[in-house]
Amino acid sequence: MKHTLQQVFHSGKFVVGFIIFMGLLLTTIIYPLIVRNDPLEIIGQGTFFPPGIYVSVYDSIGSTRYILNLDEAAANRIASKLTDTDRLAMKDWLVADGIPDYEIDTTDTVKLMDQWVSNYSPTASIPGMTIAKTRYYQRLNTSLEGILSKEGVTIATRNAESGALEETGTVLQSDYVNVGQVANVRLLPLGTENFGRDVLTELVKALSVSLQIGLVSGSVATLIGLTLGLLAGYVGGMMDDIIMFLTNLFTVIPTFVLLILISFSIGQEHRGPNTIAVVIGFTSWVWTTRAVRSQVLSLRNRDHVNLSKLSGHSIVHIILNDILPYIASYVVMAFVLQIASGILAEAQLSILGLGPRTTDVPTLGLMMNWALIYQAQVLGMWWAYIPVIVTIALITFSMNLMNTGLDHVFNPALRD
Amino acid sequence: MKGYRKYFLNKGLWFIVTFIIAFILNFVLPRLMPGDPVAAIVARMAQGSSNATGVQAIYKQYTELFHTSDPIVTQFVIYVRNALKGDFGYSISQYPRTVTDVIKASIMWTICLQFPAIIVGWLIGNTLGALAAYLKKGFDKVLMPVSIFVSNFPAFGMAVIFVVIFGVGLKWFPTSGGYGYDLMPAFTWRFIWSVITHYQLPFWSIVMIAIGGQAIGMRSMSIYELNADYVKYARFMGIKDSKIIRYVFRNAMLPQVTGLALAVGTMVGGALVAEIIFSYPGLGTTILTGVMGQDYPLISGVTLIITLMVLVATLIIEILYGFIDPRIKAAQSD
Repeated sequence: MKHTLQQVFHSGKFVVGFIIFMGLLLTTIIYPLIVRNDPLEIIGQGTFFPPGIYVSVYDSIGSTRYILNLDEAAANRIASKLTDTDRLAMKDWLVADGIPDYEIDTTDTVKLMDQWVSNYSPTASIPGMTIAKTRYYQRLNTSLEGILSKEGVTIATRNAESGALEETGTVLQSDYVNVGQVANVRLLPLGTENFGRDVLTELVKALSVSLQIGLVSGSVATLIGLTLGLLAGYVGGMMDDIIMFLTNLFTVIPTFVLLILISFSIGQEHRGPNTIAVVIGFTSWVWTTRAVRSQVLSLRNRDHVNLSKLSGHSIVHIILNDILPYIASYVVMAFVLQIASGILAEAQLSILGLGPRTTDVPTLGLMMNWALIYQAQVLGMWWAYIPVIVTIALITFSMNLMNTGLDHVFNPALRD
Repeated sequence: MKGYRKYFLNKGLWFIVTFIIAFILNFVLPRLMPGDPVAAIVARMAQGSSNATGVQAIYKQYTELFHTSDPIVTQFVIYVRNALKGDFGYSISQYPRTVTDVIKASIMWTICLQFPAIIVGWLIGNTLGALAAYLKKGFDKVLMPVSIFVSNFPAFGMAVIFVVIFGVGLKWFPTSGGYGYDLMPAFTWRFIWSVITHYQLPFWSIVMIAIGGQAIGMRSMSIYELNADYVKYARFMGIKDSKIIRYVFRNAMLPQVTGLALAVGTMVGGALVAEIIFSYPGLGTTILTGVMGQDYPLISGVTLIITLMVLVATLIIEILYGFIDPRIKAAQSD
């Protein structure tokens, strides 16, 4: 046993898969200890806030202010306000005014603004320009002057009795607050999704639920497969015929169809994550049964098994002591693959709208389903679905790596 | 040809038995569930309605439609009779269209998308896998990790990535639908061109998934065959490498063909979900609308059709397998 484990951990593929898997597992354990928010709490009013640090505007006004004189501050401010269309329009005007094309760089905000301020005059008439266009440039110029102004912004509160505004302070352009001193700052590393929930917190919870689904479905499938395979292979006869008939039948009837039918019939209200997991397990035992049976068939007439029979051991004893140890490695490998395929099956069902009911817990499939229903992939809201896909891929990838690693250890013929 | 009779009879019999059992399951499974399915449907339809007589009327109508008040054997006979006539009743969510109409409109899209994609993916995958086993070194080192990664990717994940990269990012292909939303199905060049451009993303995303899995299988089969005794013997005999390779790959192909027969069901399942991502007007999207609309008759009809499609595909592959596997030919000549 110890030797086998040592061998397994010498396999590079297994170790890489194991590390990825343990990383995912540890995340689901450690993250909730640090971030104690409810994963399904709706915090954002609106859909799909991009990832970033969210600082309370109200609180930052009240925080201690520091004056920093930074050279590039004004340029950055203008750059963030100037849209690409505005830049192109400015370039058009400047070209029409007689500045050579190559001297204008729309990406260089400082130079562009300099050229604009020194050349633009609202009264200048460019031949061939419509009045609407001229007005547009006048408006653009006014807003640019607004951005360029060096004055601060006045903060006022409304007097409760008279309704008049009373000035309580001003914010200068050079005022800064320290994020650490602002009372309310929320880090949303993956933004929010369509309901306004924190994607990262939800994703971690979904990962743990999905892993649980995989574990339950994998255990159910492996248990059924192992039992049926042992019965068919060791007991044989009539039992073998019946089990093989069932196995052949369910190999050909697509499991996906069975899953759809059963989940739809259960109804939305009764579909919890565990119900779904058990249903998946009940539809995916076929391969384990086949493989276990064929291995048992080749084992049952070995000398040590016959010796056990002659010594008068019971069937249970023989199976546990003389057969199981020989197929254990295969069963473990099958179990690892069943976990991965269970997680995938849940995701596919959820995309069809047949996943666990949506009110209790998130799962990876449900998150994908919501993102797709809200067209996140077309709107370019990558943070709502890419992390989910990557997580699913990481799980299946790590499971398959572990499986291949085990395969190389137990089947020397495959080693290159 | 004559010798194959037993093989084909056996396969044909299996097909019929499996189909009958799948058919019975399709009928029994929903009825095994606790609770009255009609009551559940009526409760969903009558949500927010306080008119008791109205609810009663709906209940009565559905009881008649599904014959739930009859004994289960009578129900089954009626179900079989209607199914033989191709009558699966009315679709609830797309009333007054019948289920048969809805399926007719979507089935061709699914067949034309999935089966070519699976076959192309299988061919490319096997070629790459065989090359990796033969060339080894650099090619193998690059291909294998990529295939492992791709084959672990869920089909819907690949679909989403394709939409984002080629549809939204590069804008090479349209992101959703089976043809332009401004077109009506007709035999015009514009329509056909639109169908072709809409076809690319779903097609290649399914192909990619198939390639990964097949390449891995073919590679290990080929490595196994390349180390077999007959290859060494042939080398000692001085037979040319190109000729040996033909033997090797023919032998390595055989398990891959059976593998395809067994994997068709799973592949179709994954591809149906991929269809949803592209809003492709096939059976996958029909299932989604059926689920959304709590449309029981539609789901039941679609699952039956998908089962039939998969069974037929499996049968065809097994018949082809009979022709290419020399052992079956040998067994028949005894």
